[in-house]
Amino acid sequence: MYTQSLNEPSSRPVEALDDAERLARFQARIDAEEKIEPKDWMPDAYRQTLIRQISQHAHSEIVGMLPEGNWISRAPSLMRKSILIAKVQDEGGHGAYLYSAAETLGVSRAELIEQLLSGRAKYSSIFNYPTPTWADTAAIGWLVDGAAIMNQIPLCRCSYGPYARAMVRVCKEESFHQRQGYHAMLSLARGTPSQRRMAQDALNRWWWPALMMFGPPDTASHHTGLSVKWKIKRFTNDELRQKFVDFTVPQAEFLGLTVPDPVLRKGDDGHYITGALDWSEFNAVLKGNGPCNAERLRERRTAHDDGAWVREAAIAHAAKRSARAVA
Amino acid sequence: MNAMAQEASKAPTFTYAIRQADTALILAQRLSAWIGHGPAIEEDLGFANIALDLLGQARLLYAYASEIESQGRSEDDFAYLREECDFLNVTMAEIPNGDFGFTIVRQCLLDCWRLENFERLTHSTDSRLAEIAAKSVKEIRYHLKYSAGWLVRLGDGTAESHRRVAEALAQLWPYVHEWFVEDAAESALVALGVVPAAADLREAFDKRLALILAEATLSRPADVEYRWFGKRGQHTEHLGRLLGEMQSLHRAHPGAQW
Ligand SMILES: [Fe+2]
Ligand SMILES: [Fe+2]
Repeated sequence: MYTQSLNEPSSRPVEALDDAERLARFQARIDAEEKIEPKDWMPDAYRQTLIRQISQHAHSEIVGMLPEGNWISRAPSLMRKSILIAKVQDEGGHGAYLYSAAETLGVSRAELIEQLLSGRAKYSSIFNYPTPTWADTAAIGWLVDGAAIMNQIPLCRCSYGPYARAMVRVCKEESFHQRQGYHAMLSLARGTPSQRRMAQDALNRWWWPALMMFGPPDTASHHTGLSVKWKIKRFTNDELRQKFVDFTVPQAEFLGLTVPDPVLRKGDDGHYITGALDWSEFNAVLKGNGPCNAERLRERRTAHDDGAWVREAAIAHAAKRSARAVA
Repeated sequence: MNAMAQEASKAPTFTYAIRQADTALILAQRLSAWIGHGPAIEEDLGFANIALDLLGQARLLYAYASEIESQGRSEDDFAYLREECDFLNVTMAEIPNGDFGFTIVRQCLLDCWRLENFERLTHSTDSRLAEIAAKSVKEIRYHLKYSAGWLVRLGDGTAESHRRVAEALAQLWPYVHEWFVEDAAESALVALGVVPAAADLREAFDKRLALILAEATLSRPADVEYRWFGKRGQHTEHLGRLLGEMQSLHRAHPGAQW
């Protein structure tokens, strides 16, 4: 197994070097913008940071299928239904792809899913908000996929090769989702009064949670320091948040919708200045007290439990097959 | 086809196109309920793929039906603004998902029938139907590969999985009957070479299915004829609920663009 072999002492010459020297070499490669690959030596903290980040990302994709999936059955046109199914399918694909990237670091998908279902692993808090109206699917595409892109484009240059490569593909699809979401929002904003109301209501509810997707302010973030040094992270939370705001506010204006921030204004440097974010809400949702935390996990667990007999059957059948092949 | 035959085939071809379109749409609606809830990510993706193909097929068929009818109805008018009794999907498509095994059995049966049917439709004297069939048949071949693959895995898996799919097969089998009973509209089209003859189709379906069932260690249930045909607009209690949900938002905003 991959997991074990990674834990076993390797006989490669690099093992003979002492830790400080290995670390220095490792850092030099990173500073030279070389990619670290699965079989390369890496500090354990680097490995653990990546496992945590990639698996959280994978869990987010999978849980993220639920809020939008909520509208597949009621999508208001066959075209929108197709687009939505394809979008949710893409997210599932991202999840599978990212679990594979995490597996290159020596954990199994089953282990990671177990961490998600037992509540030990985190996923993006944004998916703990509900989608009561159709406009929420549009707002998610526009704002949530939009914020995801801001976060993920720098990850395409992440020092860990498999993650960087996964992000290149994922980002292409996310930007497609963002455009589709914006387009759906545009149809609503240019639609009937009740469609416009729906659109504004969705923006009201998703704006602040979307800004919080970038994580705590730089002054309070624990992970940023080392992640920057290792080129897993290239911009700070606040830098990315600012980029997103600067990019998105003009779009809201174009839609004729109002960003729900009474003090929002453009600063002299051209960057928008927002009101204060309510981090107590962020922390509450993170701790499990969001509107849909329990429901999302319950749905994932139900799917997993209901599928147990199917997975067992697949394993049993594969075993019968190989037994017959040997016979 | 000459001009007279073409005129005579219009009404039955319209009905036929709507039957196939509705079947594809209703089945897509059922399958898409699995997305996010399947036994593994790969199965969410598999069902999503099939649902997307089916939706695409339904849209092509509605467009063709609308051309024949020439009253300017859009695909959404067909999907969202008709009542239960206007829907002409075969009954099997509207039967609720049940467990994963039940969905797989339903899918495999429908895929076998649809593959045989659409393969023949590629040679239809109706060039528009032949075109749509040519595009669809590639997709259906993949659908059957997926559903038959799972049926074999589940049938020849554990005792529990075998029991589940055997029960599903018994429950679903009566709804197969409808597919092979030609009504006047279909017989007219068979005579014009537009659609394949039911007897011919039945034979091919039985043959294809027998191979899959054998590999899945399942036996074919005794034939039971369920006589209330969805394709004539005679539906189970399930279709109304499905449409109620599917059409709710569209109907709540008359005339809105999305
Ligand atoms: Fe994604
Ligand atoms: Fe996305």
